[in-house]
Amino acid sequence: MEFFKIRRDIPFMRHAMVFNIISGLTFLAAVFFLFTRGLHFSIEFTGGTLIEMSYAGTADTDRVRGVLQKAGFDDVTVQNFGSSRDILIRMPAKPGQTSADLSTRVLEVLRADDATAERRRTEFVGPQVGSELARDGLLALLVTAIGIVIYLALRFEWKFGVAAIIANLHDVIIILGFFALFQWEFSLPVLAAVLAVLGYSVNESVVIADRIRENFRRMRRASVTEVIDNAITRTISRTIITHGCTQAMVTSMLFFGGAALHYFALALTIGILFGIYSSVLVMAPLVRWLGVKREDLIRATPKKKDEAVV
Amino acid sequence: MNRYPIWVYLTIAMALALGLLYTLPNFYGETPAVQVSSARVTVKADETVLARVEEELKRASVPYTGVLLDATGVRVRFSSVDLQGRGKDAISVLLNPDPSQPQFTVALNLMANSPDWLRNLHALPMYLGLDLRGGVHFLYRVSLEDALMKRLDGSSGNIRAQLRDKSLRHNGISREGRTLVIRFRDADTRERARTVIADGFSELVLEPQDVDGEARLIARIRPEAEKQIQDEAIKQNISTFHNRVNELGVSEPVIQQQGVDRILVQLPGVQDTARAKEILGRAATLEFRMVEAHAGSPDSRDYDAGKIEAAMKGTVPMGTELHFARNEGRGGARGEPLLLSRQIILTGDRLTGASAGFDQNQRSSVNIDLDAQGGRIMRDVTREAVKRRMAVLLVEKGAPEVLTAPVIQSELGNRFQITGLFSAREAADLALLLRAGSLAAPMEIIEERTVGPSLGRDNIEKGFNSTMWGFVAISIFMLAYYVAFGAFSVVALSANLLLLVAVLSIMQATLTLPGIAAIALTLGMAIDANVLINERIREELRAGASPQASIAVGYERAFGTILDSNVTTLIAGIALLLVGSGPVRGFAVVHCLGILTSMFSSVVVSRALVNLVFGRRRRLARVPIGNTAWE
Repeated sequence: MEFFKIRRDIPFMRHAMVFNIISGLTFLAAVFFLFTRGLHFSIEFTGGTLIEMSYAGTADTDRVRGVLQKAGFDDVTVQNFGSSRDILIRMPAKPGQTSADLSTRVLEVLRADDATAERRRTEFVGPQVGSELARDGLLALLVTAIGIVIYLALRFEWKFGVAAIIANLHDVIIILGFFALFQWEFSLPVLAAVLAVLGYSVNESVVIADRIRENFRRMRRASVTEVIDNAITRTISRTIITHGCTQAMVTSMLFFGGAALHYFALALTIGILFGIYSSVLVMAPLVRWLGVKREDLIRATPKKKDEAVV
Repeated sequence: MNRYPIWVYLTIAMALALGLLYTLPNFYGETPAVQVSSARVTVKADETVLARVEEELKRASVPYTGVLLDATGVRVRFSSVDLQGRGKDAISVLLNPDPSQPQFTVALNLMANSPDWLRNLHALPMYLGLDLRGGVHFLYRVSLEDALMKRLDGSSGNIRAQLRDKSLRHNGISREGRTLVIRFRDADTRERARTVIADGFSELVLEPQDVDGEARLIARIRPEAEKQIQDEAIKQNISTFHNRVNELGVSEPVIQQQGVDRILVQLPGVQDTARAKEILGRAATLEFRMVEAHAGSPDSRDYDAGKIEAAMKGTVPMGTELHFARNEGRGGARGEPLLLSRQIILTGDRLTGASAGFDQNQRSSVNIDLDAQGGRIMRDVTREAVKRRMAVLLVEKGAPEVLTAPVIQSELGNRFQITGLFSAREAADLALLLRAGSLAAPMEIIEERTVGPSLGRDNIEKGFNSTMWGFVAISIFMLAYYVAFGAFSVVALSANLLLLVAVLSIMQATLTLPGIAAIALTLGMAIDANVLINERIREELRAGASPQASIAVGYERAFGTILDSNVTTLIAGIALLLVGSGPVRGFAVVHCLGILTSMFSSVVVSRALVNLVFGRRRRLARVPIGNTAWE
């Protein structure tokens, strides 16, 4: 079997402008949604109480809401979670509220209303924990980005580091944009997924950068554009197969992982799809515009001439 | 050129064999068990206990499937959760005839089913996180500020005693914020007091100050000492939690410090959160203080209804505080109002034991043991205070409450009794509170999570299914697309999974749902290395290289790329590990380890297979790596 019978190099760079406009627009849209709608943070970040209940029959969310309101819990949201028998109850953190007794009281009220109600899980997060998590999340993103730029700058050239990180932060922003647009819940596992995507997408850029370096050595008389086009063309089959395999795993999570892994898998899916696009069609033109030259890479590793990376 | 020396094969075989060995325990599952451990230093869960337990279970005709004696105590396995419950009841009745004074902790537990020879090799299953096995999780924040305040209050009492010993007169000692202010009549006394205090209290920094002609000495806790006090407070609270968790009868609890001022408590298998919180969450500090005035019986000492009345209206005399006794009636109203001295005689840390019992008149009592210094202080204080009342103050979440305020009948030492006033049950409760140790600083719950057992089972199943079907999909594709090389890749991927699970088991890492997701994702990403290699080999073949040369060049050229791309993924993983907490950390640990094992399996293991199959054929006509012809 062979999917990619590409004999001539595809002139990716000729259409670079088009791709850049497309990614520029998606990026702006993502930023726009992030600012106008904001992220719908899970209680891990905002603080609050969350209770997941399971009923023997179909759970009536309106009824549950009514019962809770009657018992004095005003600010509750009740929604189905996973199946029609499971519900999720959320209560925001109240300033000064530190006691975690809330969940116990809610449980009593719900049990009194319907004895089949079974507690699946409860979570209470104080507000100070939440703000720390948000800060740590941003810090992780920053550390990752800086670490990757430094590594790529050492291993290749600073232009690759900068181009790769711009391309991949653009993926991150787009994932966040989707979460803002659809108001999907942004939880800790989603944050983990976003960072995993950052590392994963950079893989992509590394593979292409490796090829570009190799081509600079091999194709002595070719122009920079030709070198880049050839590098992308010859790695495109690997790019698509790898992403396909990873996506197969993620799709499996989306189908079988249930509600707990849903948004995690969704974030990965967006990340993987945009990862292909960004590392091929955003990173490479950026490298060219930053003015990568044959001398940048050849001189960088003169001793490694007969090694694998040559 | 495609041959590995024999030692490489041996190393790989060894790694895989070890991997299999340590992965194995995870497949046996767990059975319900009852764990018996000693609740006191004086009793041991040994062979005799084991024999008694066996006998009792036979007598009560509760069938069990095995018993085990190890360092932690006796464990009995049962074939079902129902029998486990019955077994626990029978054993509890046998070993703890008096529930108020338990000799043994009898706890429900889950025991790995793996055979003994595996356990002897320390091959244990991965530890399942709360989201997979059910249980409760609490994160407490310790108020370190309060620990410092308390220490200052304690110091003020000791300074007072010291100055009295040296007959140095002062005009009062008071705590103002984080400092102690000691007032003197003249600078000369202050100087003499200063040397005395500096000698006895090395943790304090002293600074003279003159305000309105009054000679003052300002005492502050040194920054180094501050840190030490805070560390001790956290440590004491953790050990208190350990005691309290033992009272709850939980096996394998996790009690850890997290960050500077946090304590994490995880109780697997516990479903009754309310009870757990009640016992743990009695985030209380215990203080013994003298009653300065009360409005109880008029003929006892310190009776002063007028002072109490004035205090209720807001005029509390200097050096005292108004507190209320615990109201047993459960009504809204508070109990008896008492004016207590601000000076703390003792705190709970001087307490070495407390138990419920009966006095000679068969009234329930609480027997208290103090350490040597505590006993000395108690003797000094009570010598001059017979017939006065002493209050035991419980400070819970900044809400102090007088547990009891008995009349001192005689000079007390390091062992004494509190009698009367309460029922046997209350005595047991009070003893539990006292015995379980008091906390050095108050705490509050800032995060709480409960996972029901059914959700835990669902999560395991979902995580397992996602990984399995993803793996199957990738395998089918690789086999169809790369034929024999696809098969090698699949074997390499399986080796990766095996090694990853083995490493996690050896490390006794806690597996959570994000952890399982990380296993799946890592496998999905690890296949990249094999795709890179296989594509590279195809490319070489297309370019006209010989089959053997293509394999060699393919592996070599791909390796640099694989290394670079894994390092960048690892950077993201490590960043997550450094700043992440809870579920993110679980994800990051698995992700990082998975990247490392994938380097070995996808490069070395798959190459070894290729070399084993094709390496010895001198004239290899074609490589079964799928169709590379372009026509």
